[in-house]
Amino acid sequence: MEVARTTADVLVVGAGMVGAACAYYCSAAGLRVTVLDRAAIAGGTTSACEGNILVSDKEPGAELELALLSNRLWAALGAELGAASVELHHKGGVVVAKSPEAAGGLATLTAEQRRHGIEAVDVAPDRLFELEPNLAPDITAGAHYPQDMQVQPMLATAELLRRARRHGASVHTGTTVVEFLRGSGGEITGVRTDAPDVPTISAGWVINAAGSWGGSLAELAAAPIPVLPRKGFVLVTEPLPPVIHHKVYTAEYVANVASDDAALQTSVVVESTRAGTVLIGASRERVGFDRSVSIPVLRMLARQAIGVFPFLSDVALLRSYLGFRPYCPDHLPVIGADHRAPGLVHACGHEGAGIGLAAGTGHLIAQLLTDREPDLDLAPFHPARFQEVTT
Amino acid sequence: MDVIRFRFDGRGIEAEQGQSIGAALIAAGYRSWRSTRRTGQPRGVFCGIGVCFDCLVTVNGSPNQRACLTEARHDDQVATQEGAGRDHLAG
Repeated sequence: MEVARTTADVLVVGAGMVGAACAYYCSAAGLRVTVLDRAAIAGGTTSACEGNILVSDKEPGAELELALLSNRLWAALGAELGAASVELHHKGGVVVAKSPEAAGGLATLTAEQRRHGIEAVDVAPDRLFELEPNLAPDITAGAHYPQDMQVQPMLATAELLRRARRHGASVHTGTTVVEFLRGSGGEITGVRTDAPDVPTISAGWVINAAGSWGGSLAELAAAPIPVLPRKGFVLVTEPLPPVIHHKVYTAEYVANVASDDAALQTSVVVESTRAGTVLIGASRERVGFDRSVSIPVLRMLARQAIGVFPFLSDVALLRSYLGFRPYCPDHLPVIGADHRAPGLVHACGHEGAGIGLAAGTGHLIAQLLTDREPDLDLAPFHPARFQEVTT
Repeated sequence: MDVIRFRFDGRGIEAEQGQSIGAALIAAGYRSWRSTRRTGQPRGVFCGIGVCFDCLVTVNGSPNQRACLTEARHDDQVATQEGAGRDHLAG
């Protein structure tokens, strides 16, 4: 077999949503990009999620700033790629509360979010039913987030990689990194793979966009980062006519996203897809890469969804799926150059927000690698923040 | 063995004990009994094992029942289904 010598400016490991966004923005910035994935395009968490592009679930802090940047970039991507081709929908989010405690917490959150540039509109119950006519009658408070969007993540990943290829990028699936190559100064100069057609790839930068498996890839580079899987189930209903118009979730969801509790938590997120099916998420369990199906968890999600939309009690479920959200102990992604392995750049650990935050992440990585001033301070995302944890 | 008799869009259909509605409809010469939601294409049994959701019918008023898995019972009222079968929910 003829083996081409492969050289790139940037080697992206991981062909999920984040890797595709890195490849897209880096190739558009003039860098020569190669993308590897040990399996298929969008084969990991990207194809096991809900396509959320949310600002509504972000509390003030670095992740909120990244979400706002990403929100603007997704709107631009929608215009460039064609919103219909990736099912990008500016549908907005609606957060609802039943108990006075949840309503109070939601009102405090929206006030803080408004101060940080999020459009968060407190909505009285009567107006809430204009936004979502099928809501449960005992919902007492809500908020509307016009900036929230939804995208079909597999289509978006494929489309961004298609655009990257037009800018000269190459994509190799079924190709696993088995070793990092190093120069005389210990710097990373590329990777060795298990694929006979690309046994080695030389690159100025290697981007760790391996999602939930980003921790193992970093380990292989002797630069560990604490990215761990958090398991989540999503239920799929039979196709329905347009019955749910926004991303609708309960105020408890934000508290759960920020939680450090290892035990099972569910807080329901309900939305329609273009195909008519309704997706019901999202449980969160820290049980490692355990793919077993738990009927009690599915039942709990269904019960909570019916609590928000009572008509669902009469609707059949077609199936469920599960995915592994890559989380870090402080619930922030890891974005930036690794100080321990020069040449390695992390872009992983986005937990349940990877689709939304992919756009900002790819854009910032491209700025970093072309010596431009990043639009956001990357310090809160820097891998060095774990030094005390990992040493 | 008793013969099961049910109605399909008002017409009488016979089925054997334990036979699915889908099997009985095929035995009675029907090949399709649903139209797709967007382009109105005809659909009947495709996979026959409950996976593809192509053979949907409305049974006794409940839409989206898989004909291949639903056992025919006496006096069932089976109807062809247009669209999602739940148009009353739209709003």
